[in-house]
Amino acid sequence: MHKEFPIAFYDDEECCLLTLDPVRSVSTVPEHAERVYRSIRQRSNRAAQLLQRAFLTCMDQKEQHLYLFVRKLYREGDSFLHNHSDSAYYPIAKALRHMSGELEKLRGFVRFSDYNGVLGAEIEPKNRVLPLLRRHFCDRYANESFFIYDRTHRDLLLYTKGSSRILRVDSLQLALPSEEETHYRHLWQQFYNRITIQERYNPRCQNTFLPKRYRGTMTEFQPQATITPPKSPATAPTLSAPTATPALGTHPKSAPSVPESGF
Amino acid sequence: MELLDKLAILTDAAKYDAACTSSGVRRGSRPGMIGNTSSSIAGCCHSFSADGRCITLLKVLMTNCCIYDCKYCINRRSNDTRRVAFTPQELAELTIQFYRRNYIEGLFLSSGVLRSPDYTTEQMIRALRILREEYRFNGYIHAKAIPGTSPELVRQLGLLADRLSVNMELPSEQGLQLLAPDKTKQAILRPIRQIRDEVTQNKAELVKYKHTPAFAPAGQSTQLIVGATADTDRHILQLTQSLYEKYRLKRVFYSAYIPVVEHSLLPSPDTKPPLLREHRLYQADWLLRFYGFRAEELLDEERPDFNPLLDPKCHWAILHPQFFPVEIMKADYETLLRVPGIGPVSARRILSARRTGSLRYEDLKKIGVVLKRAQFFITCSGRIRSGLQFSAETLCRQLECVESGQLPAGQMQQLSLFASVG
Repeated sequence: MHKEFPIAFYDDEECCLLTLDPVRSVSTVPEHAERVYRSIRQRSNRAAQLLQRAFLTCMDQKEQHLYLFVRKLYREGDSFLHNHSDSAYYPIAKALRHMSGELEKLRGFVRFSDYNGVLGAEIEPKNRVLPLLRRHFCDRYANESFFIYDRTHRDLLLYTKGSSRILRVDSLQLALPSEEETHYRHLWQQFYNRITIQERYNPRCQNTFLPKRYRGTMTEFQPQATITPPKSPATAPTLSAPTATPALGTHPKSAPSVPESGF
Repeated sequence: MELLDKLAILTDAAKYDAACTSSGVRRGSRPGMIGNTSSSIAGCCHSFSADGRCITLLKVLMTNCCIYDCKYCINRRSNDTRRVAFTPQELAELTIQFYRRNYIEGLFLSSGVLRSPDYTTEQMIRALRILREEYRFNGYIHAKAIPGTSPELVRQLGLLADRLSVNMELPSEQGLQLLAPDKTKQAILRPIRQIRDEVTQNKAELVKYKHTPAFAPAGQSTQLIVGATADTDRHILQLTQSLYEKYRLKRVFYSAYIPVVEHSLLPSPDTKPPLLREHRLYQADWLLRFYGFRAEELLDEERPDFNPLLDPKCHWAILHPQFFPVEIMKADYETLLRVPGIGPVSARRILSARRTGSLRYEDLKKIGVVLKRAQFFITCSGRIRSGLQFSAETLCRQLECVESGQLPAGQMQQLSLFASVG
């Protein structure tokens, strides 16, 4: 066993050639990971839940913080979780708060379009929130078929007839909106613009609650022209709307499944 | 007429209603029905309009025809404006299609009074019944109960909606007589009282019989217009407190008066809406509901209005120096809550964290305490924050500086070096 203290963690994609320190590559052994996770759960259920969620966050030096957290848990037990300002717990609590903020916003800000009866949405979150949005939307649209594509992490959540799964999909090409879809987008924009009380105009307040980074995927912030289909249907490219599962975008079947899809 | 135009007119007519929440009820999906209600306690905001207000429900009027002539209202009968109405099918289809696209959390249905309160409520019930029963909508519905409606119809409305609201609008009887001559305080309070009793009775029945249909499970709310009449903040806050206590309202909303019509009895059309005053009232409302304050503590006869430069909690703290400083390591929850800069979450975290060891000022910051306010009112293990200098005379000014960063520009007055000399 190696008893040294790691100064940083890198995954395969990150370049680690620039460091002068010795590099040790560690390959994932699923049985070992499972064993450690079980033992963490035996020590503290709450710590295990926090770890699982924290793994989805976008915190800087995530692995390092998680390592310190686990080490403290093994050395001292879970009593440090009572202290929100604890040096091992605080970075994780902070990252989790950032993620739950994003999660809460996205529950409202996700915008679906109707593609021949299948609802589809795209999001661009900082954290890997799709596994956590899953339950909310699967419950809300229990009798629909829908998909949500995470552009940042290239994950695709699919739901149809009571079952859902998350796949890795490298790119997703969406069909043009139908006439009915365009009609409802217009109606929504109309409502959105009319509900504003001009005398209370306050963009600063709006920016606080609805940061600009969310607006790229929200119907009400798209210019009218982009949501209207081309006038002459003959020249429009004939893209078919995606249907429930395999026809979607690229080839989801051959794509590797996402490790966190077991939530 | 085009649906697009109708939607524009009936949204315009409904937007001055402040209430827009989808909180208070958790209902999972049901087989064969569309949707659920928000799983979070605070409801769910789906967008924010350019005025910074949350959009959570499709807020529209059934119709903007009205037999009443309330002076402050854009839908009053003497106003020359286009009158339209949704058909129940149009409304249901629109709600469902918006809901499927995750634009909204549900429907907020209000209406101008067409023919009579009973007739109008019947129309609303019809629309909601179609939405619930034909379109199988299981999301959130907020409906307005119109004063003067017969109790049986209010009951039917409550069985279809999640939340009911009756707008008080004007905080005093005199205000009503002057500006809304068709309404009386008693007529407004009657449905509020009825809804309270029905909700209580329904809760008792639900304990006994599991399948009793729920009556307004998210309770009721109301709205008060601020700034149309001469009522003081103290009067409004006391009314709020009694509405919470006597009528068990879930929320009281405040709406800064916006002059939409010119009338000799109303403030002139170029009056700016009193947004800061509205903000202070909401802050005080929070103090009543979550911080254990009483309206009498916050305002008295000598000071019947809030200080525009300071939030109500700081204002209270400055007037009660005998209460401070509070020792972080010893004070109980209620005492911690009274410190400006400490809220329910940070107070609970302090209680939990101090069991494991003593806390320093840096720790408090991580815990979520707003130190730039709290530092003047606390000690940590008996010590005041190092480097902090203030006296009873300067404290007020120092807190105002903290606050001024939060206020919109233009609300502050430029101090003059020479004003006091001349």
